[in-house]
Amino acid sequence: MSRGFIIRRVGLFLIVVWAAASVNFFIPRLATGRDPIREKLGLLAASGGLRQEGVEAMVKAYQAKFGLDKPLHTQYLNFLLNSARLDLGYSLANYPARVGRMIANAMPWTMGLLLVATIIGFSLGTLMGALAVWARAPALFRHLVFPLMTLSAIPPYLLGLVVIYTLGLQLNIFPLSGGYSPGTFPGFRLDFILEVIHHSTLPALAIVLQAVGFWALGMRGMMVSTVGEDYIALAEANGLRSKTIFFRYAVRNAFLPQYTALGLSMAFAVSGQVVVEVVFAYPGMGTLLFRAIQASDYTVINGVVLITIMAIGLVTMVMDFTYPLLDPRISHQRLD
Amino acid sequence: MDKLSSVFTYLKDSPMLTAGLGLMAAILLFCVAGPLFVDTDAAQPLSVTPRLSPSAEYPFGTDDAGRNLLAVMVLGVPLTLRIGLLAGSVGLGVGILLGFGSGYIGGKVDTLIRGTVDTLLTVPSLVVLISIASTIREEISVEIMALVVASLAWMWPTRTIRAQVLSLRERAYVQMAKLNGMSSLEIIWKELFPNLLPYLAANFAGAVSGAVLATIGLEALGLGPQNEPTVGMTIYWAISFSALIRGMWWWWAIPIAFLAMLFVSLILIAAGLDELANPKQRMAV
Repeated sequence: MSRGFIIRRVGLFLIVVWAAASVNFFIPRLATGRDPIREKLGLLAASGGLRQEGVEAMVKAYQAKFGLDKPLHTQYLNFLLNSARLDLGYSLANYPARVGRMIANAMPWTMGLLLVATIIGFSLGTLMGALAVWARAPALFRHLVFPLMTLSAIPPYLLGLVVIYTLGLQLNIFPLSGGYSPGTFPGFRLDFILEVIHHSTLPALAIVLQAVGFWALGMRGMMVSTVGEDYIALAEANGLRSKTIFFRYAVRNAFLPQYTALGLSMAFAVSGQVVVEVVFAYPGMGTLLFRAIQASDYTVINGVVLITIMAIGLVTMVMDFTYPLLDPRISHQRLD
Repeated sequence: MDKLSSVFTYLKDSPMLTAGLGLMAAILLFCVAGPLFVDTDAAQPLSVTPRLSPSAEYPFGTDDAGRNLLAVMVLGVPLTLRIGLLAGSVGLGVGILLGFGSGYIGGKVDTLIRGTVDTLLTVPSLVVLISIASTIREEISVEIMALVVASLAWMWPTRTIRAQVLSLRERAYVQMAKLNGMSSLEIIWKELFPNLLPYLAANFAGAVSGAVLATIGLEALGLGPQNEPTVGMTIYWAISFSALIRGMWWWWAIPIAFLAMLFVSLILIAAGLDELANPKQRMAV
């Protein structure tokens, strides 16, 4: 892999993060010209949490603390510097909790669920899509295409409600919500890990059900043109075993566009998962975001938006770096 | 008459397109005929007895706040469709402008547009939409919702249209038109555009589906038009009031059934049109 490609790709990642931070900074200021801090303190005062005369002083103190009394470009620079240092400030609704701390607690849940569900959905879907085209595979796989297509069209959080009702409520096999039972202490122990897996099965299932159909359809399209290629016919004429032709000749080639699409799909997958987490009250970034929306906790909303975009940007970038390992034809050398 | 019969030949060739259009027709019929049979005022809270399971009088049951869910669906499905169509049109429109511009003009314009699109596609759009919608929550109406969703609905159409224009640009008939002295705009309008129509239609179905998806996502988080009985807001209320655990299955299952029909219909239409536009993709398996 050439150094030029790596520098360009990292540059692109930094641009995405900068754009995300800027959106975070400008949207609340452009949209309404409102002052979330004053609003929040006013709300607290109205609910009897604060005395009215203290509010003006607090607004002043907050504005000085966050530099809101300075001109806009100074504020913007400060904001970018703080974002770069991942200093996301304090939660407005749960002061003195730090936004960075809250996100650090939620992040492993979200990334764990996202990566496991994506890997299962992607592998299963790709294999099923390939088998749907392979003449020697059982006919069952050909008939599965239409049901899978239907599932792929339905957002995972709606599938989530259905699996909660059937597998959770009616059959009572899986817990309905949460990441672990109340009363257990999180820790790196076998019983806790098993409990997390038990709780994560239904949200993962909701995501996988949709993803399998999506990846199966994509792989099927690619396989249709791959099995028509001359090298497949040659391999058959040479008397290679069917399994060898399937995996080494057909799947290996049809798989490449599929893997490229996987990088692009991460952003889409995390969008769906945000709502899935809310439906399952799963202790990840989606639920954190939902609670912050309900409490008008703008610092948490901004923090979650920024960190999610950063995390997905990072995942996408790492995947881009792995293409040459899979496809010897890409070396990123000729791009220079 | 000739045109009509050729449409039918197309439909016979593509069972997916037929099924998709049939499903869409059923949904539209429900929207159009619904108000004739049901009093849509009952979509407001406190208008009927709350918490009734489906019966002859209320086929879809009623919710906690005393809305007749049949009336809610009769009003809500067209609202959701309207947001989808508006946002999808804006998304496709911007996609056509940028896609044709990027693909046909090429050079620096192309590099800039393609770079922007590829960058934005790696950003989880729902998360950005949430940040926008949560700052203007009080002011959200159906039209503003559509605009918010449209702001991130143009990248995919731009990308796919650009790719198509790039491949069409080199065809012999385009070169011919160039030699005949046609201007770029004329070539785009008279040569490229008609040839891309099925693609654009497929893209439109995809854009509408994406827009509805984003809308429902925002609404399920409570960030939709607060006082409109849209399908997504119904799901939000059902989740908020724990309809799931309380056994009020009709409250969430019926909106989900409508959305499933809508999404399946749109994906079938898009896939069917794609097949028509690109016969190589036709899967004779």
